[in-house]
Amino acid sequence: MKSLDQIWVQNLSLLTGYSLLAGLIFWGARSERWRSAWRRLKGDTVGLISFAVILVYLLIGTLESIAVPSASGSRSLLQQLTRSIPQETSYAAPLASTALSLSDPKPLKSRHLLGTDALGRDTFVQTLRATRSALWIGGLTSLIYIPLGVLLGMMAGYYKGWVDDLVQYVYSTVAAVPEILMLVSILMVLGKGLGSMSIALGITGWVGMARLIRGETLRQVERPYIAAAKAMGQSNWKIITRHLLPNVMHLVLIKFVLGFSGLVLAEAVLSYLGVGAPVGTASWGTMIDASRSELSREPLVWWNLTAASSALFVMVLALNLFGDSLRRAFDPKQGA
Amino acid sequence: MFAYLLRRLFFFIPIVFGVMLLTFVLFFVVQSPDATARRVLGQKATPKSVENWLHNRGYDKPLLINHTPGKPWHDSLFIHQMGRLATFDLGTSDVSGRPLREVFAQGVLPSLLLTLPAFLLSIALGVGLALYLVFIRNAVVDLAASLFCVALMSVPVMVYVIFGQFVVAQVLNYFPAFGFELSGWSTPKFLLLPVVLMVVSGLGADVRLFRALFLEEMGQDYIRTARAKGVSTVQVLMRHVLKNGLINLITLVVASLPFLIMGSLLLENFFGIPGLGNVLFTAIQAPDFAVVQASVFLGSLLYLGGLLLTDVCYAWADPRIRLQ
Amino acid sequence: MLSLRNLRIDFGTGPDRVQAVKGINLSLGAGETLALVGESGSGKSVTGMALTRLLPEPPAVYAEGQILFEGEDVLKMSPAQLRKLRGGKIAYVFQEPSTSLNPVFTIRNQIAEAIDLHRSDVSDVDAEVVHCLDLVGIVDPAKRMHDYPHQLSGGMQQRVMIAMALACRPQLLVADEPTTALDVTVQAQILDQMRELKQRLKMAMLLITHNFGIIGGIADRVAVMFRGDIVEEGTTQEVLQNPQHAYTKALIGCIPQLGQRRKRLATIDHSTLG
Repeated sequence: MKSLDQIWVQNLSLLTGYSLLAGLIFWGARSERWRSAWRRLKGDTVGLISFAVILVYLLIGTLESIAVPSASGSRSLLQQLTRSIPQETSYAAPLASTALSLSDPKPLKSRHLLGTDALGRDTFVQTLRATRSALWIGGLTSLIYIPLGVLLGMMAGYYKGWVDDLVQYVYSTVAAVPEILMLVSILMVLGKGLGSMSIALGITGWVGMARLIRGETLRQVERPYIAAAKAMGQSNWKIITRHLLPNVMHLVLIKFVLGFSGLVLAEAVLSYLGVGAPVGTASWGTMIDASRSELSREPLVWWNLTAASSALFVMVLALNLFGDSLRRAFDPKQGA
Repeated sequence: MFAYLLRRLFFFIPIVFGVMLLTFVLFFVVQSPDATARRVLGQKATPKSVENWLHNRGYDKPLLINHTPGKPWHDSLFIHQMGRLATFDLGTSDVSGRPLREVFAQGVLPSLLLTLPAFLLSIALGVGLALYLVFIRNAVVDLAASLFCVALMSVPVMVYVIFGQFVVAQVLNYFPAFGFELSGWSTPKFLLLPVVLMVVSGLGADVRLFRALFLEEMGQDYIRTARAKGVSTVQVLMRHVLKNGLINLITLVVASLPFLIMGSLLLENFFGIPGLGNVLFTAIQAPDFAVVQASVFLGSLLYLGGLLLTDVCYAWADPRIRLQ
Repeated sequence: MLSLRNLRIDFGTGPDRVQAVKGINLSLGAGETLALVGESGSGKSVTGMALTRLLPEPPAVYAEGQILFEGEDVLKMSPAQLRKLRGGKIAYVFQEPSTSLNPVFTIRNQIAEAIDLHRSDVSDVDAEVVHCLDLVGIVDPAKRMHDYPHQLSGGMQQRVMIAMALACRPQLLVADEPTTALDVTVQAQILDQMRELKQRLKMAMLLITHNFGIIGGIADRVAVMFRGDIVEEGTTQEVLQNPQHAYTKALIGCIPQLGQRRKRLATIDHSTLG
């Protein structure tokens, strides 16, 4: 019964996340700025390829995030789909037919595309499963820091005065603590886990967003259309949501994509430091950490490190390139 | 100018107070001193030993205000902690009991030996490459370079380090893979590889940033004036673009100068350099909350110092501010 | 001395290509002053910059034609030859003096840079800088030359720009909207100064402007540019008194005149100009 509840919670939160993203893009896509950006993006080969790569990662992460009932409670759809791949007892090299042992090379149950790890699990499947941690960290953290940063940044830029002073004071204080120290402190206190990692990254992450949005809002409120809206007697709240928000949303989108790559990297580094992903959760960071000692083994175990690093690298690269493409598409003059 | 700096310094006081408050909330409210004691002492700790540990550090005082009759109201954990930090008393390590001032002082030099050369080299290399890219102005080279920079940025530091250690030290056996000695010629031998790795891992972001900065300079009217005078492209870059660009660069890099003292968390641990980064890494693994808490305080002071230094450098370099 | 033959300049490539200058012919004799008049975007500034190939390439493309300076085609010159030409034989004064001077160098440095490049005969650079500043009417030049641009007023900055342009005794001065960014009273002073210097130094001048009001008394001839074409050319007197093309008439109509009672200044209606 308990496990069924968990399945529901997990699948529902996944659905919520996706609908939020879809709603945001649908809502933004009404404006002419977004449409012309989309037209420019369609002619950008690098941007389209990186977008496709991101979609593949999203698909893999989603498969690992959807929970289905199984004999032992629940497991992910990805596990369900790959259940035919057997688990070995220890290391096996990529495509080898015998176990990795000089003294006693026993035959394996099956060949493995990228070999297996210390526990005999298929490296390829483990690498795919680790996508989930990266996506959840990126998604959850974005859900925390984007609304916080956008709201506070806009309020500071719109109301000015003491609101601005207060917001500036709070983010100056948070920014005064070096980011890594802040993350480590929060995580040491809150304990390991994807949730606490997102909270920690959200607390440090909103500062950049608030600064960006505050600056842009200060520029926008100088524009005549805001004065016109005020003259027509529109309420402050309506001016902020109807006029200001649509004019800063493209910046939010660009920052979201570029920030996502930073979050994926941060997840790996924090997990590597031992304050990130909990034991038992597949993560590229923990895979890289575990593979350190494998490099000094005889014979050498290189596939775990290579698989995790490559998967991480390609995802961050795709996000960075796509973020750059978005920036160019929205601001063709600056991005040249 | 002096009055301006004084004003800035005055503005920092509430921020320092904010940081102190933040660390107090995190380390004493979110996680109670009791829980801290249990995590530091481990599972086997007896109630008696926990109590002793708390008492020795003064952590058994009431949180905000002391209501106990006969005790002054300000004999509380909060007032105590604030007073301690305000007088730069960093306390002692949770694990070893050594005074933290001593622990940190020992780590500064090894950290600086690693990060200062890496910082200078990064700037020189980054500025050089960015100027070269602006100079050749070739669409294909620009695309290739920007892809390469993004690729460099997309590799996590630890992958650089693991790869560098493995290839250069283990396979080729050029440098020692691990260790540190503070004596004559063996120091650079130990430091060369970590310095190179640190430069490489930051190079992509630097080149991109500097290139954007220089390109913006290239579009300025005074660059057109210089070209109209017959100044060659190389001279335009080396005199006009570089000087203006470097002034803007100050705002970006000087603030990071004080952080050099903090060292690099991952690199120091990987290479066994006993700097501040390594102190912190060990504290995370231990866990040693006192070290982390003191690092946060010192780190924020360094950050604010960096801001102040930026203002001074900027004012010194830019005649528009200097002569006001 | 200078002649443009069927000069065509494009910007961009492929489908985004636009023609900024559509095959124009112009000539300018030694010591002569030609005013190139037109609105912004008419191609007049592009033409001025093209004389020494100053336009950034890409996006600019010199698609057709020749720019002959003293019989030599500028478009076929090597980079080294171009550098000799720029500043040395053809010098520029731009519109916005406050951004056209480099803020981090003293004005001495910026004028000396030009002298170092083109005048190997000068041994005492400081004295020459003082001389140049004196020429354009800057008071106490020996002291002022150590100032940074931001310490001078807009009119003074433009005088420095002119001094810098004249420092190498050019045969041709290209003045691109030299007074547009300045106050009206300062405009008149600068124009007077330029007129006097032109006669004293016997150099030719290409005065690029949108304002017919400033060319009387300084320009010998006028060429009117409209959408990348030269639509009218003649002596200043002819054109001012008897303009032929509708666009020229419209531009002249924009000059505010003393003593005339007019409620509103004319604006140019592009739809009627074809």
